[in-house]
Amino acid sequence: MTDYNFAYLDEQTKRMIRRAILKGLAIPGYQVPFASREMPMPYGWGTGGVQVSAAVLTPQDTFKVIDQGADDTTNAVSIRQFFERTAGVTTTTRTAEATVIQTRHRIPEEPLTEGQILVYQVPIPEPLRFLEPRESETRKMHALEEYGLMHVKLYEDIARHGHIATSYAYPVKVEGRYVMDPSPIPKFDNPKLGNMAAIQLFGAGREQRIYALPPYTEVVSLGFEDHPFEASKADHPCAMCGATDSYLDEVIVDDTGGRMFVCSDTDYCATRQAAGHRGSEAA
Amino acid sequence: MQADILTGGFADPAHQSAQAFRHVMEAMARPGTIHALAGAVPPAPLSPAAGALLLMLCDTETPLYLAGELDCEAVRAWIAFHTGAPLVAPGQALFAIGTWNALMPLSAYPIGTSDYPDRAATLIVECHHLTASGATLTGPGIEKTASLSLPDLRAFQDNHAQFPLGLDFFFTCGDRLAALPRSTEVR
Repeated sequence: MTDYNFAYLDEQTKRMIRRAILKGLAIPGYQVPFASREMPMPYGWGTGGVQVSAAVLTPQDTFKVIDQGADDTTNAVSIRQFFERTAGVTTTTRTAEATVIQTRHRIPEEPLTEGQILVYQVPIPEPLRFLEPRESETRKMHALEEYGLMHVKLYEDIARHGHIATSYAYPVKVEGRYVMDPSPIPKFDNPKLGNMAAIQLFGAGREQRIYALPPYTEVVSLGFEDHPFEASKADHPCAMCGATDSYLDEVIVDDTGGRMFVCSDTDYCATRQAAGHRGSEAA
Repeated sequence: MQADILTGGFADPAHQSAQAFRHVMEAMARPGTIHALAGAVPPAPLSPAAGALLLMLCDTETPLYLAGELDCEAVRAWIAFHTGAPLVAPGQALFAIGTWNALMPLSAYPIGTSDYPDRAATLIVECHHLTASGATLTGPGIEKTASLSLPDLRAFQDNHAQFPLGLDFFFTCGDRLAALPRSTEVR
């Protein structure tokens, strides 16, 4: 613990990240460039989220990390231990007990409250990148509010599949201005982005961008009048806890086509099971 | 004199900066809310909240403009020792600090470009009073409405009209602080 500065990063780096976070909050949905540092983990493992968490954490915080909703994957466990060691924070798996939650690709099922902070790990922060690879062009498109290309992409989905087939990293418009990539969360989670009581911060380490949503911000998932946005999930109850309102993972259980659907949010599922809820496959 | 310059910073910079930032971030994320910001003992006329803000945000990479009577030897020396921030004219400033009247005119500060709206100045306005009453605020970070005592109305309406360009403001009074980002609508 004493071998490192508090929360691993040096003070000057944290000041730089904190300034970027403040500008991000002042311009919701706009991607603020920042001088991303090398972290003791590879790109793609949450270096952006880790740097934002390092700039935000205080020793009094209770820290939770989820990876696709789960508290017990390698990525989640190692980031939790990283901040236990370098920031001396208490960690938890309970959503309600956490003050700072770092997440990879999910929003917890349990509604977040004021005083909580949700930090997203973002791989590609630019929603227009797969449509226009040049940064100079996408920057201009954001400046001019020229988002027609994104609607063409969604329209081509409809032309090809009969519906908008984009199921994750579904683009949103923030406060009627910036189109934003909500990170690869399932579109089931999109309705939770807007009007959230907690502060949402997004960190992309490799791409060197930070962006933010203040609480109670208007976030609209893009759509068309005749093909409006629709949140979707597997049409099953959770096999472990019986929940019908949570996002489900499909788990292959044998080599003869057997499968089951379970909550992706492990804390939500465990809490429900502890309260006596049982699904079809529960022990 | 010399001793005054060397004291008044954070005794435990890493932890105190982290705690100060959380208050400052909450203030910026929830415009109109007033937060306590202690830990710094800067020389007069700099307020403790403004001093803590400077310690937490400024370093050699952040050009700073001192407006009016804040541009004095004691404050210059304290900022030089504790932050190293280069002192510049308003047009080059990333941060500017002073009373509302001393900071005028607002047109002197960078408001960002349409490509990079984040390259805009943050103004720290030292106030004689700071209460949750007066102008009505709406926008991101505010569930319904919030109220804040503002030194002006028209200036903040004009600033918001430039969104996504514009200036962002902190208001400091003693050891308390509030914020008003460019995204907030003021009535």
